[in-house]
Amino acid sequence: MLKIKNINTYYGQVHALKNVSMHLNAGEIVTLIGANGAGKTTVLNSLSNIIPAKTGEIMFENNPIHHLPPDKVVELGISQVPEGRQVFKPLSVEDNLELGAYLRYRKREGRGVIRKDIEGVYTLFPRLFERRKQMAGTLSGGEQQMLAIGRALMARPRLLLLDEPSMGLAPLVVKEIFKVIEQLRREKGTTILLVEQNAKAALTIADRGYVLETGKVILEEIASDLLENKEVQRAYLGKDKKEIWER
Amino acid sequence: MQIWDPIYECMPREELEQIQLERLQATLNRVHKSVTCYRKKFDQAGIDPEDVSSLSDLANLPFTTKDDLRLNYPYGMFAVPLREVVRIHSSSGTTGKPTVVGYTKKDIKTWSNLVARFMTAAGVTHDDVVQIAFGYGLFTGAFGLHYGAEAIGASVIPMSAGNTEKQIMIMQDYKTTALVCTPSYAITIASKMEQMGVDPKSLSLKTGLFGAEPWSEAMRREIENRLCINATDNYGLSEIIGPGVAGECEYKCGMHLFEDAFIPEIIDPDSCEVLPRGSMGELVLTTLTKEAFPMIRYRTRDITSLDYSKCDCGRTLVRMRKTMGRSDDMLIVRGVNVFPSQLEDVLFAIEECEPHYQLVIDRDGTMDVLEVRIEVTEKIFFDEMKKQRAFLEMVEKRIHTLLGISASVKLVEPNSIPRHEGKAVRVIDKRIK
Repeated sequence: MLKIKNINTYYGQVHALKNVSMHLNAGEIVTLIGANGAGKTTVLNSLSNIIPAKTGEIMFENNPIHHLPPDKVVELGISQVPEGRQVFKPLSVEDNLELGAYLRYRKREGRGVIRKDIEGVYTLFPRLFERRKQMAGTLSGGEQQMLAIGRALMARPRLLLLDEPSMGLAPLVVKEIFKVIEQLRREKGTTILLVEQNAKAALTIADRGYVLETGKVILEEIASDLLENKEVQRAYLGKDKKEIWER
Repeated sequence: MQIWDPIYECMPREELEQIQLERLQATLNRVHKSVTCYRKKFDQAGIDPEDVSSLSDLANLPFTTKDDLRLNYPYGMFAVPLREVVRIHSSSGTTGKPTVVGYTKKDIKTWSNLVARFMTAAGVTHDDVVQIAFGYGLFTGAFGLHYGAEAIGASVIPMSAGNTEKQIMIMQDYKTTALVCTPSYAITIASKMEQMGVDPKSLSLKTGLFGAEPWSEAMRREIENRLCINATDNYGLSEIIGPGVAGECEYKCGMHLFEDAFIPEIIDPDSCEVLPRGSMGELVLTTLTKEAFPMIRYRTRDITSLDYSKCDCGRTLVRMRKTMGRSDDMLIVRGVNVFPSQLEDVLFAIEECEPHYQLVIDRDGTMDVLEVRIEVTEKIFFDEMKKQRAFLEMVEKRIHTLLGISASVKLVEPNSIPRHEGKAVRVIDKRIK
C-alpha cells in the first residue's frame, strides 16, 4: 500500500532522515520506535508532506505522493493525527469533527454522508458524543486525543498516521485508545502507522516495527520479535537497566 | 506440493526488492555501528552505509572473505554482545582453519524457518520420520535440519553420522521416511545395504535431503536408483547461516535461494567484477535478517549460476544451479579448469565403477599430471590383463573427451579410498608444497 524509498529530510542543515526505506501492507499496523530525535515524527511529516523529503520516493497505492501538497495527500486517503493532539481548542467537539471533513465539504459531498461519519466517530468514542457541544479546549487529554483521532477519521483515510497517541495519558486511557486503534483496523481495514514512545504498548498491537536511530533504520522485524530483541528491550522497553552495553 | 512460507517464497519481485533494500540498509547501519571490522573496511573504501540507496549499490561495498573471519577469530565479527548469543558453531573447515559463527535466539528461529522451507519443498511433512545422519557437533548441518524438521512437526531421529549398520537397522525398525546426510554417505549406506542384503524397497524411505558437498545429476540418479528414493539438493554454509540458504522444489530445476534473507551476486572469482545475470561464477552472499553474525558480500567460493526465470512451483525466488564445486576445489590442470564433480558424470556411466574416486595432481618437471583413482568392483581384477587394459583405456578416453585433458587412470580395490562420514576429500594436490 505504501512504499518509501530512500527519503532524506532536512531541518535546515540538519540531516534528519538518512535514506530511510520502509513499506506498509494494506491492513497492517506498523510501529516506528526509537529514542527522542531519532526521526520518527519526521517520517510522518514527510509522508504527509508537511516537511517534504528533499530526495527519495514515496508511493501510495502505486502513485508517487512525495511532490503533492499536504491537502492532496489527505484527499488520496492519508490522515495524520499530530503529536500533542492539536485540536481547535475554542471550537466545539462537533465543529472539530466537521473540520476534519473540510475537503469533503469542498467536494460537495452530501451533508448526510458526513453526518453519518460523525455518528460513526461517536459510536467509536461515546465520550465525544457526551461532550459534543463542549469547547475542545476544556476536554481532558484523553478526550482530546480521541477527538484528534476522530477528526482524522472524518477524512475517511485508508492510511492513518498516529503520532504519540499515548503521550501524557493515564494508563487506562492509553488502553482505551489502543483498543480503538485495533478496532479501526479490524472493522474498517484501516492501515496504521503508529509512532510511539510507549514501545511496549505499540509493539503489542502492531504487526511489524521499524527501529530508528539517528535518522536511520537499524531494524525491521515482526513486532513480537522486536519485543524479544535484547537491544530493543534495553534501549526502549526499560529492561535490563543494570546491564551496560559492553562493546 | 506445500509451500512453507508462501508470503515470502511467492512474493512479486518488486515487493521483494523493497524488502531487500530496507533490510540491507538496516543491516549496513547495524554492522557499521557494532562491528569494527566492517566499519574499518567501509571507511577504507570510503563508503558510508548511509549512502546505499539501491540494491545495485551493493556492488560498491567491499567483500568479506574467510581471511576476515580468521583475522577476527573468534568473536570479532559478532554484531551483538556475547551474552545475547545462544549458540556457537564452527565452519566445517573443508579448507583450512575453522571459523566461528554465532546465533541469537532470533537467529535460531530464522534458521529453523529457512530450513523448514526447503524441507517442505522437498516433500517433508509432519507425518515424516526424519533420520539425521549428519554429524552433530560444531558443524551446522545436523542442527539446521533438526530444527527445520521440528518446525515442520516431523519426528526427528538425531542419529548423527557413522555406524552405518546401525543407521540401517534404525531405518528399518523406526520406519524412517526421510534421510538427511551427505550424498557420498548415502552411497555408503546403499553399498552397506547391498552387502547386508537389505532390500531398499522393504524400507519406508521416500525422501533424501542431501547436502554439504557438491554432487552431480549422475550421483542423484545413482542414489535414487540404489535407495529407491527421491533425492533432493539443498545449499548452505555456516558463515551465512548453515543449511537453509537455498533448496530444491519438486521440479528440481535449481535451488530456490531465500532472497528475503540473503542477497546473492555472481562474480568473476579473478577480477571480482559482478557478472551479468545468468553467468557462471562465484556466489557472493549478503545476509539480511541475521542478528549475531551478519555477513556483507561474503565470498562463498562456490561456483554456480542464477536463474531468474519463472518456476512452475509458484515460488518467485531465484534458483541457483547445483554448485560445480568450490572455486578453491577447482583445479587448473594444464590451464584447463577441472571440477572434481565433473568426473562423476563419466564414472556413473560405467557399470564397473563405484562412485568413489579421488584426483591426484602432481607436477612432472613443468607439466601437471592428473591421476584419477577409481574404485572398481572386485570382478574386474579377476579379468584377463587384456580386458583390464581395454577398460582402462576406455575410461581414460571418456575422461579426455569430457575434460579436454588427458589423465592417467588407476583402478583401486573397493573401499580403498578413505571413507568419509562427513565430507569427501576428492582432491590431493601435490603441486602445493
